[in-house]
Amino acid sequence: MNLWKRLMCYSRRHSPWIFHMNAGSCNGCDIELIASLTPRYDAEQLGVLHEGSPRHADILCISGPVTHNAAAAIKTVYGQVYGPKAVVAIGSCPASTNVFIDSRTLEGPLDRHIPVDVYVPGCPPRPDSILQGIAKAAEILAERGNHPPASESASETKSGEARQ
Amino acid sequence: MNIVTALVRLLLFPGILFAVPAAWFFLWVERKAVARMQGRIGPPFMQPFFDFIKLLGKHVPPRAGVGGLLMMTWPLVAVASAGVAVGLLPVLPASGGFEGDLILLLGLMEVPSMCLIAAGFSSRSIFGEIGSAREAVLSVSYNVVFLLAILSIAASQHTFRLEALAQLPVSPLQVVGVVALLVCLPAKLHLNPFSLPNAEQEIYAGPLTEYAGPELALWELSHGLEWVAATGLVATLIAPQATAWWLAALVFVALSFAIVLLLSAVSAATARLQIDTTVRFYWQCTLVFAVLAVASALFMRFRS
Repeated sequence: MNLWKRLMCYSRRHSPWIFHMNAGSCNGCDIELIASLTPRYDAEQLGVLHEGSPRHADILCISGPVTHNAAAAIKTVYGQVYGPKAVVAIGSCPASTNVFIDSRTLEGPLDRHIPVDVYVPGCPPRPDSILQGIAKAAEILAERGNHPPASESASETKSGEARQ
Repeated sequence: MNIVTALVRLLLFPGILFAVPAAWFFLWVERKAVARMQGRIGPPFMQPFFDFIKLLGKHVPPRAGVGGLLMMTWPLVAVASAGVAVGLLPVLPASGGFEGDLILLLGLMEVPSMCLIAAGFSSRSIFGEIGSAREAVLSVSYNVVFLLAILSIAASQHTFRLEALAQLPVSPLQVVGVVALLVCLPAKLHLNPFSLPNAEQEIYAGPLTEYAGPELALWELSHGLEWVAATGLVATLIAPQATAWWLAALVFVALSFAIVLLLSAVSAATARLQIDTTVRFYWQCTLVFAVLAVASALFMRFRS
């Protein structure tokens, strides 16, 4: 049983399938994420596959400062990714809403809505730092296993309070 | 074929024990070859195995009712039939077989495709339904050529026994038939330029959009087993006769590997065609091969 757990841990670390979601991003981070899949950076060496369906994904990559329209969609997509899962916030926008701070069309930052595991700062971040973020998320995923993140319930209440 | 050889063929070689690692290996070869041709390094050797294990550890999506049960059944049926299809391949010399095993093999090779169509429709996702409809149209198109080609080789020899077909000497008919089979393989294995059912830039993952976790792992495995069965069928048809069993096995693996490389090269070098172009390609262009094969089969029958 221990061997199986170790094998599972190793497999999770070496096979992170990502789903990318734009939450009102200016497209800068999206271009850099796609660049990390291209021949120059070649994310597939780490086992990364860019999946079209959130059902297949392990790691949710979100870029953008979370607009009103995107807030509900983020929660839906987060629910559609089956566990164990991790979230990577790509760029400065989901971390702090960046230059859009105090805008009345925003509901950011991202951690008001879903638990975030890895922040990749930058405007936009370089593809190699995005890859590092994904690899880090895969490690977190492997260590955490089937236990849900501790911050999940906390962030739910936090976002509820912020709404009120 | 007695029960012992049947079990050995099903469970050991070329059945489950060989076919499952071979399926992962071929999936890796395909991904690696495409990556190398795009100037990338590509996935590590054990990647499909890691993917499979990881998917087994994902949560199973809760689905109620008959629909959920059906969605769970399709990948199981697909894996089982693809596994048995590999077991039927006459790889080793004098490994036995029975009259009509070619028909059974062709039937079993068609089951995963039908399961995929059914899975897309029972998942009730709009992308799944589009993917299933495309797979259905595609399978009607390429199967005309696929079945005509292989049946004309069989008809020219008056037998539906795979072992007899595997021992055929090289003839123009066999060459035409094998070329027709090779043209059909990209469509059967959902590769470019015929990767329409799982067109990921258009309809996400096609019929598999709603699948996750262990069920998706089974679909990946069944796809790999389809690779082994389809390339193995062509490999056994073109393999030269070998008396030693280890030589026969080695030739089989080497030929399958070469066919996988060829198909990967084609898939890396081409872009996806539209569905109507694809259907027109199979009905108009490659039907010529099939008609040639049938005509020469009839000719050979009258002469013999």
